Amino acid sequence: MNAHLVLRIGPWSLRLRPRTVVVSSLLVAAALALAVVNLSTGDFPVPFPDVLRSLFGSASDGTAYVVRELRLPRVAVAMLVGAALGISGAIFQSLTRNPLGSPDFIGLTVGAATGALVVMLLLGGSGLSVAAGALIGCLITFGVIYLLAFRRGAQPVRLVLMGIGVSTMLAAFDTLLIVRAKLEEAMEAQRWLIGSVNTSTMVEVALIGGALLVLLPPLVRYGRELEMLSLGDEAAIAHGIRAERSRLVLAVISVTLAAVATAVAGPIAFVALAAPQLASRLTRAPGANIGAAAAMGAFLLTASDWIGRRVLPLDLPVGVVTAALGGLYLTWLLAGEWRRGRQLL
Amino acid sequence: MLTAVSPAPTETAPPPRSAPRRRATVGVAAAAGLLLAAVVLSVAVGTRWIDPATVWHVLWHPDGSQESAIVHDVRIPRTLLAVAVGAALGLAGAVMQALTRNPLAEPGLLGVNTGAATGVVVAIAFVGTNSLGGYVWFAFAGAGLLSVAVFVLGGAGRVPTPDRLVLAGVAVDAVLSMLIWTVLMTRPDSFLRYRHWDVGSLTDRGYDVLGQVAPFLVLGIAAALLLGRGLNALALGDDAAKAVGARPGRIRLAGMVVVTLLCGAVTAAVGPIAFLGLAVPFAARLLVGADNRAILAMSMLIGPGIFVIADVLGRVVVAPSELQVGIVTAVIGGPVFIALCRRRRVGVL
Repeated sequence: MNAHLVLRIGPWSLRLRPRTVVVSSLLVAAALALAVVNLSTGDFPVPFPDVLRSLFGSASDGTAYVVRELRLPRVAVAMLVGAALGISGAIFQSLTRNPLGSPDFIGLTVGAATGALVVMLLLGGSGLSVAAGALIGCLITFGVIYLLAFRRGAQPVRLVLMGIGVSTMLAAFDTLLIVRAKLEEAMEAQRWLIGSVNTSTMVEVALIGGALLVLLPPLVRYGRELEMLSLGDEAAIAHGIRAERSRLVLAVISVTLAAVATAVAGPIAFVALAAPQLASRLTRAPGANIGAAAAMGAFLLTASDWIGRRVLPLDLPVGVVTAALGGLYLTWLLAGEWRRGRQLL
Repeated sequence: MLTAVSPAPTETAPPPRSAPRRRATVGVAAAAGLLLAAVVLSVAVGTRWIDPATVWHVLWHPDGSQESAIVHDVRIPRTLLAVAVGAALGLAGAVMQALTRNPLAEPGLLGVNTGAATGVVVAIAFVGTNSLGGYVWFAFAGAGLLSVAVFVLGGAGRVPTPDRLVLAGVAVDAVLSMLIWTVLMTRPDSFLRYRHWDVGSLTDRGYDVLGQVAPFLVLGIAAALLLGRGLNALALGDDAAKAVGARPGRIRLAGMVVVTLLCGAVTAAVGPIAFLGLAVPFAARLLVGADNRAILAMSMLIGPGIFVIADVLGRVVVAPSELQVGIVTAVIGGPVFIALCRRRRVGVL
């Protein structure tokens, strides 16, 4: 197991497992291939060579418009949101030491939804202001949950409990907003709540891409401390980690990514939960595999988008597909365990 | 409403059983008082205030006046339904938490709510039913079918363990709720009706709805109360339970059936109600200790008390309009739950 690849740049070093690198690269390649398929198919089919030509700037105006303006934002948002959710889930599952610990589990998505619904239904906003509302709602919710859970350090269990309490109230408020709204607005809000990339534009691409770029350096810096933290606070402190601070920084990274992803595409179910677990099954690496989880998330969401658009007769929002796939994945886990005759929990 | 918590037991060993007993007696008295007050308020308070003396009079002498009609045709059935629903949810939660030995388990985790919702969507969108009484059978059938599916999936041929059931519930829940939304998004008129059912409300439920679900509720409540001894045995762990002559597998199965019966009937009658099933047994355990028989009895008192009060509050706060009871329950329950979790070390049972 010592066959690690080590990258060194000055004082910085990064240790990589070959299997993880191969799996992640394959996932990224698969996601990119599906992305090209998504760019080429639709009501106006574009052959593969033309897709590549319009991406790199030498196609006829009509084709370039369809590919670059209509389809590229959607495809790019799906990949980036998937990656962000994968990273967010990997960090959270490692921090809470719970395979079910994803950001939606502690009620952050509900907070984002409340923010978005307030903007949509009470303030009458749309587009970017909805995204801003979701972002603010999510961050405020996390702040409240963290403060409520903080007593000589924020223990993960209490974080989850406070998340349940806070999200129950917010969910009731959301329901109230939807019941009181006019029918069209309520439908619109409900559609947002399912999660979709159908109406993405370059603005959303810039938002989620920017968030990933900004958070990458702290992610690389603190990501490897996850492994230490998972040994327990005492062991981590003995290894020279400031446990509470690392945990807060990592939690903030994870929450911000989930918040921006939700702001951009709505609360997309299950990707943050399933991507890290599927990734570690494939890489067979212990601990949190942030890179592989990101690749898996990008692949899952691109694939779901493809299924939603092409496989089923109606253009389903991607959130419907991910939820159905996630449910089937859990079902498959249960059934597999039945075959092997052992317990999952 | 939880102010009756007596001081924590002192370090010096109290005489056996007397301290918990006294605490339980005080708790039961307080909860019964709360329930009684809630019921009186529920009949008296509303868009139109009817003073208790008039209520008392028309209760025994229905005189055809407007007050009499309101009391007999609207408020009494509504209050009866609220009491039954509150008791059922409190009991279902207590059974669920004892079965999973997890104080955070909620009866809704078994997927009953989603099953009922699917039934209602089928009724609204494909059958064209549009009365609350008409939804009940569809909701109940949906809840029942889904519970069977969750049992088969989670049990995988054996007697299912609660943890696996919860996982199976989550899985089925995700798939079905997305089916629901796909149907609703393409049919705005169905969505219009569904969103009012989805809140959880006691409005406009009369004797017809009460009559439809009453047999199931009575059966479920009676069965739940009989489970106390078995649940106590289960709390010892499977081996010790077998050693004292209990059959863990049977107790679990019976418990799951009771939870399904109660929750299915409740959701069919009033729509999904969050949180009551989680918070009521939690509070009951704080008041009476670990004996499941006491927890069940206490949950049956606290549950309706809180639920009826939530309904009354919902009628008052935005009068002359109404806030649905499902929303009020969550808004009251959330802070109480947070306070409880912050105060106490939350361990497993």
